[in-house]
Amino acid sequence: MSHCEPIHRPAPVASSASGLRRVSLVLALIAIICLFFADLETYSANPWNELARMGAGLIAPNFWSSQVIISAVLNTLAFALQGIALAAIAGFLLALVYRLFWVRAFCAFIRAIHELFWALIFIQLFGLSPLTGLLAIAIPYAGTLAKIYGELFEETDPEPRNNLTTTKSLSTFFYTTLPLAWKPLTQYTSYRFECAIRSSIVLGFVGLPTLGFHLETALSEGQYSDAAALLYTLLALIATIRWWLKKSLLPIYLLAAIIYLPPTAIFHWSTFTQFFTVDIIPAPLRGAEVSLLGNSAAASWGVQSAELCDWFMSLWSQQILPGICNTLILSQIALVVTGLIALLCFPLNSVLFFKPLQRYCGDGLLIIGRTIPEYLLAFIALLLVGPSMLPAIAALGIHNGAIIAHLLGRFSDDISLRDDACHGINRYFYEVLPRLYRQFLAFLLYRWEVIMRETAILGMLGIGTLGFYIDSAFEEFRFDRAMLLILCAALLNIGADFLARQLRKQLHLKTTPETL
Amino acid sequence: MSDPLFELNNQDLHYEGRRILSGLSLSINTGERVALVGQSGAGKSTLLKHLRSLAADRVAWCPQHHGLVPMLSGYHNIFMGGLDRHSLFYNVMNLIRPFAEPKQEIQQLADRLELGDLLFNSVDRLSGGQQQRVAIGRAIYQQRRTFLGDEPVSALDDFQAEKMLSMIANRHDSLVIAMHDTGQALKLCNRIIGLKQGRVAFDLSADQVQPEQLAALYQ
Repeated sequence: MSHCEPIHRPAPVASSASGLRRVSLVLALIAIICLFFADLETYSANPWNELARMGAGLIAPNFWSSQVIISAVLNTLAFALQGIALAAIAGFLLALVYRLFWVRAFCAFIRAIHELFWALIFIQLFGLSPLTGLLAIAIPYAGTLAKIYGELFEETDPEPRNNLTTTKSLSTFFYTTLPLAWKPLTQYTSYRFECAIRSSIVLGFVGLPTLGFHLETALSEGQYSDAAALLYTLLALIATIRWWLKKSLLPIYLLAAIIYLPPTAIFHWSTFTQFFTVDIIPAPLRGAEVSLLGNSAAASWGVQSAELCDWFMSLWSQQILPGICNTLILSQIALVVTGLIALLCFPLNSVLFFKPLQRYCGDGLLIIGRTIPEYLLAFIALLLVGPSMLPAIAALGIHNGAIIAHLLGRFSDDISLRDDACHGINRYFYEVLPRLYRQFLAFLLYRWEVIMRETAILGMLGIGTLGFYIDSAFEEFRFDRAMLLILCAALLNIGADFLARQLRKQLHLKTTPETL
Repeated sequence: MSDPLFELNNQDLHYEGRRILSGLSLSINTGERVALVGQSGAGKSTLLKHLRSLAADRVAWCPQHHGLVPMLSGYHNIFMGGLDRHSLFYNVMNLIRPFAEPKQEIQQLADRLELGDLLFNSVDRLSGGQQQRVAIGRAIYQQRRTFLGDEPVSALDDFQAEKMLSMIANRHDSLVIAMHDTGQALKLCNRIIGLKQGRVAFDLSADQVQPEQLAALYQ
């Protein structure tokens, strides 16, 4: 039987690229399948007309309503400063105990809920007050900062700690771990401050008096000259951060922010108790205590659990499932579009492809794409083509693609090519792309969770992702539904984060977060 | 003889899962000055680490990789040796602004370490030899009676090395120091343990050691 000649098998190809290629292909394939289910219509009759009017507005910005602009800028900064300060303190304390599983889970949960969703919740409790804005930023940011701080502490060189023998572990922490982690910690915090300004702007779209509030008004009324003035202000505000954000001035800024916009709210206990004991309880369970006093407590409980089941099933089939499906479809397409834009655009910021002057212009474009929040980009694109997935994909792709392209460009500066290396497109495909690709995937997978979070949120603009159903539930004062839907969005984000981290580990990509 | 400071009975010592020293029996008493000599890889560091693990809170520890915190000053790195003598509040305040008392103590120590003017420079701005003296300072400031050092003066010139070693000897009852310079070892210590290929080649008092025995360690 087994009288075979020894078969000569060629040794398996030892390729470092195959894993990267496989993941890329799978992601692309998923996105292509998603395209069949995505709503990519343009509903607007004449988008070019609207685009021309926007262009005219950009050329002739109207800065005359300066009173409005100044107060909007101050409010934006005050929310961002107070929010990041509170988040940094809370995040730092949480990071000290970050090795505990429950702390990590708690942090993952609070950062999985987008600041706009937090804002919608706090508006029910504290109205459109400064406290609402502060908490909406501080809570999710505390979750993020705790994670980053905790990981930075873990990554520090253990040698200095090991040489000390003291029972005072907190003292050791302050003398070894903290100074070792201090520089990346402050760098990351100041990067998050830039994000907090963006978040603060976006909070304007649910009614808080920041730049976003006036931008929404101007844009939806077609006052594109006013909108352009606000947009330029926004860009200037963020572009100049490195000149006005000085460590020594921070306490003064913070004090000024608190005096200018004290974090207060008109607060009624009755609203509070009503919200937590009635409003967010699933509708069929409300008044349970009352009916339990009756004779047929057991029977009434049976009826109630059947009702609860119906309530959940109808919510599941009509809102949760379509919401989750649309969120997944949109985010997968957006992820691949983000990747394509990043790969296409990173040469704009690379010394390997452009001369300094051209590169400054190119990087300028990328920085503009990075600076404008995706929510605002999506809002503008929506005015042009109507409420399909198209504007959302464009907004997510441009914003996230620009961020990754900017970083990849900077990363490519470290590549040293031979003197006789080829030029142009050959250089791109043969010399640069293969060397960058691993880093590119690391950036892209890190961005996955962010894209998922934002995709859910863009539903608030009328695209059928989870945010759409959450926003509607709040509008109808059905807070029980809103809470369940927010929980689903949070679980989806946690899942995406987990999956991306596993993939990064499997591909031997850097598993720790970048300053993204 | 007083009771032994460290005692090992036919023990195997491992480093990162590999057996480095086998069947080691050894007893070190209070008051002894022990030098560990031998080629690199003979097991000196492994033995020192093990001795430290037997009495971590009673020995001053000066490791080969200094493990200093680069962005902190020499002052703060030395003060670290004494963290457990103060409250958390005191330690944190001292980090922000040094207190007069430890400042004076550590300044005196730094003068002896010939670091006087450099005490408040960040450690990453110091040369290799200066960093090594900061590490010695941190070990001394632990204020323990036994000193365990792994090549504590390897980056210093002979003259300075001798000064540092005699200062270390003056401030501790017992010493166990790994050294590659056998001349220094014979001058400072009263007991020499020669290690070769994971075993004790000889264990003699300093005046009994023959030059051939030392030479044999390095062949």
